[in-house]
Amino acid sequence: MRYLYQFARIMAFCFLGEILHEALPLPIPASIYGLILLLAALKTGIVKLEQVKEVGNFLTGIFPLLFVPAAVGVMELWVQLGEMAIPIIIAIVPVTILVLASAGRTTQLFTGKRRKQVPAAVQDGAGEAEEKEASHDSITE
Amino acid sequence: MTALLNDFLALSSVWGVLLTLAAFGAGALINRLTGKAFFNPLLLGSIFVIILLSVLKIPYADYKESAAPVSYLLLPATISLAIPLYEKWNLLKENAAAIIAGISVGTFISMGSALVLAVVFDLSHEQYVTLLPKSVTTAISMDVAAELGGITALTGAIVILTGIAGNLLAEAVCKWFHITDPIAKGVGIGTSAHAVGTSKALQMGEVEGAMSGLSIAVAGILTAVLCPVFAQLLR
Repeated sequence: MRYLYQFARIMAFCFLGEILHEALPLPIPASIYGLILLLAALKTGIVKLEQVKEVGNFLTGIFPLLFVPAAVGVMELWVQLGEMAIPIIIAIVPVTILVLASAGRTTQLFTGKRRKQVPAAVQDGAGEAEEKEASHDSITE
Repeated sequence: MTALLNDFLALSSVWGVLLTLAAFGAGALINRLTGKAFFNPLLLGSIFVIILLSVLKIPYADYKESAAPVSYLLLPATISLAIPLYEKWNLLKENAAAIIAGISVGTFISMGSALVLAVVFDLSHEQYVTLLPKSVTTAISMDVAAELGGITALTGAIVILTGIAGNLLAEAVCKWFHITDPIAKGVGIGTSAHAVGTSKALQMGEVEGAMSGLSIAVAGILTAVLCPVFAQLLR
């Protein structure tokens, strides 16, 4: 029964997301509204983590499986794919590498800076302190 | 023979789900036995289904309808990404600026690349807007493509293939570009390869998974808002 209630709660947030998607004129899909609402409910304590955890983790755990039917849809699109094959291949492989690397490097630039700010204020022997801070961070994570 | 099979399948309501599970299971088994990242369960499972449908001459529409319960779970699964986000809330709050900066840069580069490709390859407006939202989750990208007049199904296919590419390349790209911070890895993967990439990020670690999930939502919203602007740039 516990899992049934958990599933029902998650489905209720899907429904709320769908209502918002219909009611608001923004080009944001129901899934994103639902995600934000569930996060807000967890943060405010309206929904406790234990009330959605197992079923939620099950669903996120089978994520790749859920994309199979959509991915198989490629079989109907060979012609359109062929017409713009080269730009599509470039968009899929090199551009994905570029986006992953640029987003990741940008974030790392900032998280790295923030971590170095603390020992930087000490001035002398900053390098040593930096290393300590860095190793400390990696342990706590 | 194929007519008989199609008649039987029309009576069966579970074959699409069963085929999906079996194909994915076989893909996962091969993945485990070989230990090669390229033998990705989603990629292999999809190929197995395509081969089977092609050989038995079963129309994709029939399979899609029968496998609908699988796709149906995408909505609750996406919403459940709120759980890892909630569990990693403090980490998220402490690094908010870094995370948002990374997602914004990645999203701009993704859409800018589509614009460059459209100019270089002289794509039509329809083809351009089909390509534009390709880095974000199918739910958002297909909506956006439809709204801007793109080929929705093709956007869906490109999005999935992008996700698979990101899933397969994530570990190597992080190594090549010396991305070592788990937060940065998650942001990069989620921004470039949405939920399919996130399934890889979840395997890499809890922090990576949570950040990747967050990036799907933020990059998705950003893309939904910016795509109409980018679409105007090339008529």
